[in-house]
Amino acid sequence: MTHKSLLKVDARTKKRNAAEKRFKTYGFAAIIVSMLALVTLLTSVIGTGASAFKQTYATVTVQLPEDKLDKSGVRDIDVMKKVTTIGYAKILNQGLTDTVAATGIATELSTKDIGGMLSKEAAATIRDHILANPDLIGQEVTLDLLMNGRTDGYFKGRVTMESAALDSNTSPEELALAQALADADIVHTKFNWAFLTNPDASDQRPEAAGLGVAILGSLYMMIIVLVVSLPIGVAASIYLEEFAPKNRWTDLIEVNISNLAAVPSIVYGILGLAIFINFMEFNQSSPLVGGLVLSLMTLPRIIIPARAALKSVPPSIRDAALGVGASKMQSLFHHVLPLAAPGILTGVIIGLGQALGETAPLLLIGMVAFVREYPAAYTPDAGLFGEASTALPVQVFNWTQRADPGFVERASGAIITLLIFLLIMNAVTIFLRRKFERRW
Amino acid sequence: MARDNVQVAGSSTVLPYASIVAELFGENFDYPTPVVESGGSSAGLKRFCEGVGENTIDIANASRQIKDSELAACADAGVTDIVEVRIGYDGIVFASGIDGNHFAFTPADWYNALAAQIVVDGALVANPNTTWDQVNPAFPAQPIQAFIPGTKHGTREVFEEKVILAGCEEAGALEVIAAANGGDEKAAEATCMIIRTDGRSVDVDGDYTETLARIQADANGIGVFGLAFYENNTDKLQVATMSGVVPTTDSIASGDYPVSRPLYFYIKAAHLDLIPGLQDFADFFVSDDIAGPDGPLAEYGLVSDPELAEVQATVTDAVLMSAN
Repeated sequence: MTHKSLLKVDARTKKRNAAEKRFKTYGFAAIIVSMLALVTLLTSVIGTGASAFKQTYATVTVQLPEDKLDKSGVRDIDVMKKVTTIGYAKILNQGLTDTVAATGIATELSTKDIGGMLSKEAAATIRDHILANPDLIGQEVTLDLLMNGRTDGYFKGRVTMESAALDSNTSPEELALAQALADADIVHTKFNWAFLTNPDASDQRPEAAGLGVAILGSLYMMIIVLVVSLPIGVAASIYLEEFAPKNRWTDLIEVNISNLAAVPSIVYGILGLAIFINFMEFNQSSPLVGGLVLSLMTLPRIIIPARAALKSVPPSIRDAALGVGASKMQSLFHHVLPLAAPGILTGVIIGLGQALGETAPLLLIGMVAFVREYPAAYTPDAGLFGEASTALPVQVFNWTQRADPGFVERASGAIITLLIFLLIMNAVTIFLRRKFERRW
Repeated sequence: MARDNVQVAGSSTVLPYASIVAELFGENFDYPTPVVESGGSSAGLKRFCEGVGENTIDIANASRQIKDSELAACADAGVTDIVEVRIGYDGIVFASGIDGNHFAFTPADWYNALAAQIVVDGALVANPNTTWDQVNPAFPAQPIQAFIPGTKHGTREVFEEKVILAGCEEAGALEVIAAANGGDEKAAEATCMIIRTDGRSVDVDGDYTETLARIQADANGIGVFGLAFYENNTDKLQVATMSGVVPTTDSIASGDYPVSRPLYFYIKAAHLDLIPGLQDFADFFVSDDIAGPDGPLAEYGLVSDPELAEVQATVTDAVLMSAN
């Protein structure tokens, strides 16, 4: 038998090397494909959604005639409330027309068409402003008012002169006037804080729609999920991992926990409807019910990583603690739990992240809804977290179904907001893990 | 636990109108803005019929009338007093991509294009048409590709009855089928309304935004939309005429445009005293300012009810549906 030189590459080695090279290429290709998918997703979402964070306003000077807004002349709020937003819209039409005339821009549009360039929300803005300051009646006020979705779209490049010619909701003349007003510094685009604070708006006013209610609702639900599922999840995993005897019952429980983690989330919605709304009579559409449903969904997803984290603490640490006379509980709380904490926290935050992005179970408990009132955390009537609200992913779902093209931008903007929230949560996880994790 | 807002659920067709009214109601009244859920007429009516009390909804929106089986379910759960409110009419239009060919349809064209079986030379055969010019020589030779609402939508029923069935009659196919099966009109009608399944007609189970996306992706596509959706997207869609009539709120209100259906909402009368603002909301919804021909709903695409005054009286007096 002859000995071959290791330096000389024979056919088998070549084959093995080639196989390794191929395998590496496959892996690299897999990374490229997933990166491309991610980049495509992000570009499309940011491309359509980034403009949601900017909004077009017009600075309009409006005369507030007393004979129209307060016929009695005594500034009685209850009487003044009888003038609806429909009445205020007419005053705004005149206001914008006068503003246009004051700048000397010539236009052939009617007062109604000019006023129509303002958002329908503008009438509510000015009505609220006047009801809060009744003394303004009889004078003139200058306010920043929202422009309508089409005019706003023009400044964002979504609406063009060509599309406007075909569009029954705007016209090239209106856009030309908007451009002239922008040149005269009356119409301007600024950062859209209202997108983060406003409630949802109806199909007629995409420009006024915001995420305020959805963010509050998501926040309340996350608080509930944290308060409910963290202690229960951690207690359950400590018991199962450290105290429970190994027998058929605990095996059964273990299998069921793994199964629960894989149950489709809509099933939890059905459960929530049956238990929390129909049986316990909590308010429908409320973050309380939503949070409890999401807690149920998150529990197994917390228990599994928490058990893994407890398991990964070396037995020598437990033994050492027991050896110097600590009780089982002392060894657990003084040594094991602090060491397992980073792993548990990671599981909790990943579980919260999943709960934050969940839509399906909320569908059944009435949270896929049009809600404009900010939900209070507590009211004596509705109880804790009992007022109707939506949630961030639900808002995305709602907006993608709307007819007005302005909502496409809003939906993408909401996705960006949701992604930012998830990014923050994941960043916190990584930070905590880096800071507290110990390796052996 | 007590609730001080009106709670509404139901049809996604009625949802935009209900949310417009809810928004204006919240703005102009001292009551909180009602919460409006979507989910479909059937789901809404099911929730409506779950019982009486603050943890059930007050109003169900529906794009069709409540069925007897649903009324029975309601009665079983103690929901016996129901006020039926017709808010207006919704037009159903046929539209294609803005750059494509223009079409002037008749119901018979749609029957011959989309039915599973059509009558050729007096005999019932599987639909052989693949391009529009085979259906009607006046049309261009464009492949037939239709996007119609899926069977879970209320719109599908209207499409089948008012377009396909009407077309079946118009084309004279109904008589041929009835003659062939021994004069059974009902069975013949059912045969008429079977839609072909060879891919020329695609069921869209999502909403109109999905139909629009399909049409933008397929230049030959023709889709079924609600009038309001079309009116908000006139820069992307061109609408086809039906029997020579252009669909507008006026032509639908006058009855010239044949494909439309009434929209409803149902009020739980037992809640009128229980939930603050419910009566005011219902009155506001059907008031002339809102549901009238110059109101915001008509502006959005609702065809206002010519008998609105009667509807207003029904709401104000809370006239209950007669039990049958």
